Amino acid sequence: MLYGKNGRKDDIAFEGVRVVDPGQGIDETLTVTVEQGVVTRIEPASGGNGKVLAPAFVDPHVHLRTPGREDEEDLASGTRAAAAGGYCAILAMPNTDPVVDSAAVLGALIEQAQEHAEIPVGFLAAITKGQEGAELTEMAELAERGAAGFSDDGRPIVAPGLLRRALQYGATAGRPLAVHCEEPTLSRGGHVHEGTVSAELGFGGYPSVAESVMVGRDLALAAYEERPLHLLHLSARESVDELRRAREAGVAATGEVTPHHLCLTDEAVRSLDPNVKMNPPLRAHGDRAALVEALRDGTIGAVATDHAPHARHEKEVPFEEAPFGVTGLETAFSALYTQLVEPGVLPLATLLERMSAGPARIYGLEAPRIEVGAPANLVLLDLEAVWHVDEGSFRSKSANSWLLDSKLRGRVLQTVAGGKLVYAA
Amino acid sequence: MADVRPLLRSELLPPRTPARRHLISITDLEREDVERLLALSRTFARSLERDVKKLPTLRGRTVVNLFFESSTRTSSSFELAAKRLSADVMSIKSSGSAVDKGESLKDTLLTIGAYDPDVVVIRHAHIGAPHLAARHTPAHVVNAGDGKHQHPTQALLDLYTIDEELGGIEGLHVAIVGDVLHSRVARSNIQALVLMGARVTLVGPPPLIPRGVEAMGCTVSHDIRDLRAADVVYVLRMQRERMLEGANYVPSLREYTARWGVTPERLRPGQKVMHPGPMNRGVEIDPAVADAAESLVERQVRSGLVVRMAVLYDLLTQGPVEVKVAEIEEVA
Repeated sequence: MLYGKNGRKDDIAFEGVRVVDPGQGIDETLTVTVEQGVVTRIEPASGGNGKVLAPAFVDPHVHLRTPGREDEEDLASGTRAAAAGGYCAILAMPNTDPVVDSAAVLGALIEQAQEHAEIPVGFLAAITKGQEGAELTEMAELAERGAAGFSDDGRPIVAPGLLRRALQYGATAGRPLAVHCEEPTLSRGGHVHEGTVSAELGFGGYPSVAESVMVGRDLALAAYEERPLHLLHLSARESVDELRRAREAGVAATGEVTPHHLCLTDEAVRSLDPNVKMNPPLRAHGDRAALVEALRDGTIGAVATDHAPHARHEKEVPFEEAPFGVTGLETAFSALYTQLVEPGVLPLATLLERMSAGPARIYGLEAPRIEVGAPANLVLLDLEAVWHVDEGSFRSKSANSWLLDSKLRGRVLQTVAGGKLVYAA
Repeated sequence: MADVRPLLRSELLPPRTPARRHLISITDLEREDVERLLALSRTFARSLERDVKKLPTLRGRTVVNLFFESSTRTSSSFELAAKRLSADVMSIKSSGSAVDKGESLKDTLLTIGAYDPDVVVIRHAHIGAPHLAARHTPAHVVNAGDGKHQHPTQALLDLYTIDEELGGIEGLHVAIVGDVLHSRVARSNIQALVLMGARVTLVGPPPLIPRGVEAMGCTVSHDIRDLRAADVVYVLRMQRERMLEGANYVPSLREYTARWGVTPERLRPGQKVMHPGPMNRGVEIDPAVADAAESLVERQVRSGLVVRMAVLYDLLTQGPVEVKVAEIEEVA
């Protein structure tokens, strides 16, 4: 289900580091030894250098733009960016050109990943052919060929009957179904959140209710079919409320949230910077607060970057003409550490869990952990480091980051993925 | 006969080269900026009463008008304003230019920028185009309308018209009627009127009043009878070209006109009526209202010239502050 270059297995020692593994309740200064890519010794240490060693991150929502837009990102650049962001695994969305909707396209991608991916990548396949919302893909065959899950990300499944079939038939594929919740007649013509900012700037509004009515509908179908369902990039308070109610009622529903929705509100749109234009849009203060609370209490179990690279010339246009989407792989931890952990809004251990074991669990992947005998999937963090985000800092082929020119605290120093040192600052 | 003061020499001195400033949104202005622009407009209005209407003030300066959307009054008044001030003017319209060949806005701006213009006046169908112009040309940028966002010189000329006709703006009650949702004129006017101490009521059918607009400091009514309480009735054009097909903002123009059209019966005697043009006679405004003595529509067009002269002059001398690019919000 995850595919990458078969690389060497490294020997590395992390001496006197603060080991934080929320899954095992560890937060103490230790020395961790990796031999041949496997954690072989975890020993007490005194003093320590203050650096944090944690299970490496898993990003459940990345756009690698391959096939079709390799000028924006390819498997090599996207996985290098992920390694620099502390990730040991990422999942790529199928809205490429052509769409990943057949075993042939998926097979070709898997072969490319085995040749070029610096860290393991999983590929989601489309739920409907061409993501057109009309006919189901051959989900069983796609799962057999290695699809990590199914999604029409970027587009909603408009017809409720079709989503119901996907839930029913998807059971035979045995892989998670992930939905982008957007009611198109409500979001039509919308560029930013509908509220005081859109009223003042004159933008067509994309109201919260365009998301939450679909969240409500999709959860009702998942409950009726008694099937799990994953909700992509939630943005609205009402959506979070729906998800919380469904989970309390026993529905196997999960959700994810992006760093930008956790850090920004629609006030940022006043800059008219195309790098704060994304779908779903940045919402109001109350929405952001609800997302942070849901991440804290576990209603939302995963941070997903929704890393969406765009060519420079496509973003250097008036805001209204610009495509949706921002990059995020290389800045996710630092942004969230700076905006949520350092001010005391979210405990460090919670953030680390939601960036690693949380997303792994949703897709049935082995959760990264720091344990003797476990494969080394580790990230070494310097919480004191301050870095200035500029275009030159990215390994991604694209630089459409909402954090350009900001100063962040906390930085990834090293990443070990599948026993191999894939990044060292 | 108005008191015609001779123009002072100091008002006609060639401008110095200051730090670069723009006029992209009314939010770029403070109240004293508006007051200064209105006073300057009055000065230029007096200068236009003379036989020779051309002033040497901006001799040697270059003004480029970039109009990517159709316009009659705005483009012609910017062009004439620049000529009256002796600037060299170049007007480029999207049809017949390289835009027809698929050139991007950025590349058009870089091309124009190579001529070292002092001012770029830009009209564009999309919000954010003037910001792009500010990033990619070395010139002062004047927004002549960007999508549904802003049209600041229209609001300034409306303030000037009201000030001249009613002898002040502070404390006045202005009703803005009609399609606020699609109107950049409405947004600039709400901000400008509130900035100058007027009270603003928006009147129109609920789907055409943007949700959350009260935060701009105005009140909202859906009842056309509320017009009567206002000193000035500002009628907006039904912007059919900006409406999404099948969006059903109103069931029909017939029903809109019947419920929200501005007719003589709905006005109080003596109420002043304004419209930014072009008018849809018989839709949002009854022809009898448009042609009545209380109509300030022609005054508005006249004001456009002197206000745009004031804006060009002011940008190249003192005036509006640097565009306030909002910082990405610090949170938590």
